[in-house]
Formats: sequence, structure tokens, C-alpha cells
Amino acid sequence: MHELSIAVALVEMACEKAAELGDVHVEALHLRLGPLAGVVREALVFSFDLATEGTPIAGARLQIEDVPLVVLCPRCSEERRLPSVQHMRCPVCDEPTPKVVRGRELELAALEVRENAAPHR
Amino acid sequence: MQPRIVEVREGVLKKNDLRARQLREQFREQRVFVVSLVSSPGAGKTALLERTLREMKTVGAVGALVGDLATDCDARRLGQAGVPVRQITTGTVCHLEAQMVADALEGWDLAALDVLFIENVGNLVCPSSYDLGEDLRIVLLSVTEGEDKPLKYPTIFNSADLAVITKVDLAEAVGFRRAEAHRNIREVRPGLEILETSARTGEGMDAWLSRLKELSSLRKGVLAAHPLEPPLASRE
Repeated sequence: MHELSIAVALVEMACEKAAELGDVHVEALHLRLGPLAGVVREALVFSFDLATEGTPIAGARLQIEDVPLVVLCPRCSEERRLPSVQHMRCPVCDEPTPKVVRGRELELAALEVRENAAPHR
Repeated sequence: MQPRIVEVREGVLKKNDLRARQLREQFREQRVFVVSLVSSPGAGKTALLERTLREMKTVGAVGALVGDLATDCDARRLGQAGVPVRQITTGTVCHLEAQMVADALEGWDLAALDVLFIENVGNLVCPSSYDLGEDLRIVLLSVTEGEDKPLKYPTIFNSADLAVITKVDLAEAVGFRRAEAHRNIREVRPGLEILETSARTGEGMDAWLSRLKELSSLRKGVLAAHPLEPPLASRE
């Protein structure tokens, strides 16, 4: 299981970005995840809370956007969405294709942040 | 105050990808062709590599870097082939990362090598996400594992440049359905080249060795024209 090390990398990246934004509170991380990223969603979600513990983004939510698997069909030259990584073939022409257009993403898309209120004096 | 969305759009494994890219540049400057092997534990990576190193060392300079969770058994086995071998002991980490490769290569004169092999930790899941800067990623499937393995682990097969079916001397004994295995590999990675070997009997070794030689010289040709080409798999 390598999801914990991926979660740690994700949290480190989010902490660095958040620090660049100044005094903000990170409410959520938006992650884009493709079926060919080699990451098990549930394991990542489980690891995420552990990875955030004791960091400046502790308590942040992990919001995962599933990126569909899209291939380019060599026969019809269309980009086609595939229902499964087990059958890499055009759903229309049945032509096999290794050309992955989308689906390998493992990307921190955005941070959802709230400015910390200025302290009262 | 409402939360705001700040766009980042960066790969989570960016650090590894950058490190792998530096390694790839280093390998190219030093003109060493780098081949990584991935498979489940016990599929025969070390046996294939032992025989490969013994046979290749008569025609060129070869070396190996071996990843393992806890032991240096494999490095000792491979060292008997009489070629330089280094071990990476990952501890509890189930895969190699580019930085581990970089650390293990510290002080090694790679320019003296023609081909460097990197044997990953036995694991069909985790290594798929980590670029190691290799030119060629080989996935092994042994006949004893079952024909449906590619369907169960599509991502690793999808990330490979070449598949090798190992232990073919046992194929008959275990009732290995060859056509089905080939079909399953190509179902998850259409067009993937498949070779078959037995490190024990030597069956298929000639084809495997000459293919490696071809690919490494092909690589050198491509290199001259496009020094920073990504690895073969991601090039399409």
C-alpha cells in the first residue's frame, strides 16, 4: 500500500501552497484522480486523515474528483470514454487502443481556503 | 467569510517526477540504457536477471540495482554473476522511488556501463505510479500466477513497455493457457510486446537478449535526435 506515502506527498504540497497564500485556513483539497493513477481511492481517503494530523492543514477535507478514462481510437479518431481499464478498446468500433488521453491524473487541482480573520485589538 | 478556491493543478508525485527526469538526463549524458523490472513477488525477476547478466557481460558492461524490503539476498545472488550490483533496502516501503535510485547510484561510474538494470520490489500495484528515470519498463508474469493477472493489475501492465512471461518450462505442468494470457495482456495494454522466457532452461533467452540489444541501440538513435524524450511507454 503506497497510498500513505502519496497522502504524505499531497499534504506536503498543500502545506507549501497554503504557506505561500499567507494567513489562510485550508478547508479542503481538491484532488483529480484517474483510474490509471495506480491509487486506491478508499486507501487514500483513509491515509489522508493520518497524513494531515499535526500539520497546518489538519482537519481539511479531501474532495476527490474522479477523472474518467478517455482514449483515442485509431480507427474513428474520436476520443472515447471507457467504462473499465480492463478493456482498452473503442466502445464504438471495438478497436484496441493504448492511447490514453486522460485517466492517469493524480493531481492537486485546487485548495479551498478561508482567510483567517485579523485579530481584534 | 466565504471560502475561496485557489487553483494549484500540480501532480502529487511532482517531486518524484522531477527527480526521475534528472536521473533520465544523467543516464543519457552517461550513455547508459536503463531497464527496470516489475512483477509480483516470486515471478522470477532475479532469476531472469541472473541469467541475463551472465550472458550480457560477455558482450558489454552491465550492472544492477536491486530493491528489496528487508534482505540483500538478491544482490548477493546477482553479484555471483560477476558484475557490479548494489542493493536498495526499502525497509517498509513497497516500491522504489526516484530518490532511492539516485541515492543508491551515488559514486557509481555509470558511464562505464552499457546497460543498468533496476529490479523493483516485488509488487504489482505500487511501482506503477513511480517513474525511476528508466528507458524501458519490463513487467514480468510467470506461468504459475494465472492468466487473469493482467486483468487484476491493469495499471502496471498499462505502464509497461514490454511484458515477459517467465518460467515457461513449467507452462505445461501448471496448465498455463498461453493464448488467454496474451489476450489479457493486450486487453489492458493493446499492442504490448510479449516475450516468453525460462531462466532455468534458457528457452527464449536469445530472443529476449537480442530484443534488449535492439531497443538499447534504438534508444541511442532516438537520443541523438531528441535528447529529452520521455520513456517509451508515455511517448505515444
